[in-house]
Amino acid sequence: MNSPAPRPSARRITTLLGTVALALAAAGCGGGTGAASAPGKVTSITALDYYTDATEHAQWSKRLTDCGRTAGVKVEHTSVPLPSLIPTVLRQASSRTLPDLLMLDNPDLQQIASTGALTPLDRYRIDTTGFAEGILSAGTYRGKVYGLAPTVNTVALIYNKDMLAQAGVAVPRTWDELQTAAARLTRPGRYGIAVSADATPESTWQFLPFLWSNGGDEKHLDTPQAAQALRLWTDLVKSGSMSRSALNWTQADLHDQFAAGKAAMMVNGPWRIPALNKDRDLHWGVAPLPVRQKGQTLVPPLGGEVWTVPQNSSPSRQEKAAQVLACLNGPTTMLALAKEHFTVPSRTAVAARYAEQVPSMSGFVTSVERARSRTAELGVRWPGTATAISTAIQSALTGEQTPQEALRRAQRTATGS
Amino acid sequence: MTCPPAATRTRLRELLAPWLFVVPAAVYLLLFFGYPVVKNLVLSFQQYTPATFYTGAAPFVGLRNYAEILSSGLFSQTLLTTVLFTAGSVAGQFLLGLALALFFRRSFPLGGLLRSLLLLPWLLPLVVSATTWKWMLDTDDGVVNNALRALHLVSSGIPWLTGTSQALVSVTLVNIWVGIPFNTAILYSGLRNIPAQLYEAAELDGAGPVASFRHITWPLLRPAVSVVLVLGVVYTLKVLDIILVVTGGGPADATQTLATQSYELSFQQFEFGRGAAMGNVLIILSLVLALVFLRADRRAAHP
Repeated sequence: MNSPAPRPSARRITTLLGTVALALAAAGCGGGTGAASAPGKVTSITALDYYTDATEHAQWSKRLTDCGRTAGVKVEHTSVPLPSLIPTVLRQASSRTLPDLLMLDNPDLQQIASTGALTPLDRYRIDTTGFAEGILSAGTYRGKVYGLAPTVNTVALIYNKDMLAQAGVAVPRTWDELQTAAARLTRPGRYGIAVSADATPESTWQFLPFLWSNGGDEKHLDTPQAAQALRLWTDLVKSGSMSRSALNWTQADLHDQFAAGKAAMMVNGPWRIPALNKDRDLHWGVAPLPVRQKGQTLVPPLGGEVWTVPQNSSPSRQEKAAQVLACLNGPTTMLALAKEHFTVPSRTAVAARYAEQVPSMSGFVTSVERARSRTAELGVRWPGTATAISTAIQSALTGEQTPQEALRRAQRTATGS
Repeated sequence: MTCPPAATRTRLRELLAPWLFVVPAAVYLLLFFGYPVVKNLVLSFQQYTPATFYTGAAPFVGLRNYAEILSSGLFSQTLLTTVLFTAGSVAGQFLLGLALALFFRRSFPLGGLLRSLLLLPWLLPLVVSATTWKWMLDTDDGVVNNALRALHLVSSGIPWLTGTSQALVSVTLVNIWVGIPFNTAILYSGLRNIPAQLYEAAELDGAGPVASFRHITWPLLRPAVSVVLVLGVVYTLKVLDIILVVTGGGPADATQTLATQSYELSFQQFEFGRGAAMGNVLIILSLVLALVFLRADRRAAHP
């Protein structure tokens, strides 16, 4: 020390030396886990999804960690609630801080891919063969695959076995049978069937199997086939077999109604199964949703979350993220994920094996095979149409408009004329 | 270099001093209020899509966003809903708030405790109170309908949230409930500022409660009333969370206001330009209402 600066006291020097020693020690320890490895080598990547539920978050963390180990990276996993995922992603896109691995709900993929923020997966030579047609099309934007979902889901008819046995009705297969069954299952304090018809795209998702199976189409909503489907819902409310409260119920609310014995049947998805299984006294079954008449093919909507690799300045990080994505969508991981979440593996061959191993899910496996993706026809124009459809459902169910009128208006809104 | 004479230095300091106080506030305002407002204005003339967030490209489209929202058919209904919701909420909050403030001015046992309990709704996160109200107003199992049925006031449940004509009343009632504590608190402090001697003098002159309210309370409470009403109107116009949680804008758009519509356009349909245009309509509306009100108030105060 030759500068005229005040000399540090002995104690401060000791502290300083101690800190340096600790830092050196820490760096030494860190070397083992890769923190001090050569520059350019990717040791960790980030992943973002909307699994904020503690159990589900932990399950996904484990899968991500395992797949990261295969790819030789540590995966830092964070979750934001579903409604804030898209705003978060858009904000990150404008500040170029997108995660290395991003999960999206499949109907949102088109919007995000259209921004140019995602990379096509063929760049990483990821195997996209053997995936169910619907989910592959949901992950495809302008001819290129941008996202892959390890597992998929859809909605089905979940019914209370005891109530059906007591009322002496069989599981309905057609709309007529559904109306009869629902009427016979209804009694004070209990409705025959519950659907979600709230003012969000959730009601559109629940309505699509009725619309599509009857030959309706989101491109042309003002058809008799579409009106027939909507009339089924309005008739159920009019006859008192379905509660008006459906207008305000989310899918989670349906579950509560069903679990409390206030609904004998509900339209819901397999992600409800873990919670349904917790109630020992509840005896429930799953059936495909009824079609208008025998001979029609059920066409349910395809749900599921696709994993994507966003654009980023480091090709080596993207490469690592793609390796993790490939692993998540590999046969072993998808089978494990499907068993954990009661969803269906999206590779057809794996799904078949899954149906053998988990027979209770075979109903969903067959439904998913024919499932259609919501964005297949309209692409980035889907969100506007989804809102128009849910408004039409609400107008018809409240009796503001007839099903025909409501759908005619929805068609005008959707086409913007 | 010589230093400036002491007199000049003092003058300089005097000149600078006010600016030193104003500048930080001005910078803050420009940064956190000016920028978003200008940005929102520019946005409303652009075709702003999700892609813009990444590419930064947002072509200008002139007045197209405004033309689209004004001609959408839903606009006039949304505007009417907004006006009804705001007028109903502000009137309800103010009248109940004033009644409670007058009530709490008298001292009685446990009055202080009750007054602080009254603030409770204010402390609850809006999402929590809105969710609770959504349960309470459920058509089938809601505690409100159960109570009405038990009292034999109704035979079948009132569709509070599922009837197109009832839903707006329901969200307005919920919003009134949320706003009462604020109104009571401001009006109560306004009442406390009125000197007690005035009432004593009035009493000696033989004025009853009605006369003393008309000639003492109301005129002296005027500043507090203006604050409460102007803020009430501005806050209510932009209410978003309560409506989104309780009805989601439904049923069949019956509770869709300019604010919820702006949110839906931006974050459900990704039409950011149109969402911004809707937001600007809302800003202009609240600005006009606030100006009209302040003006009317000034005229009333200095006739």
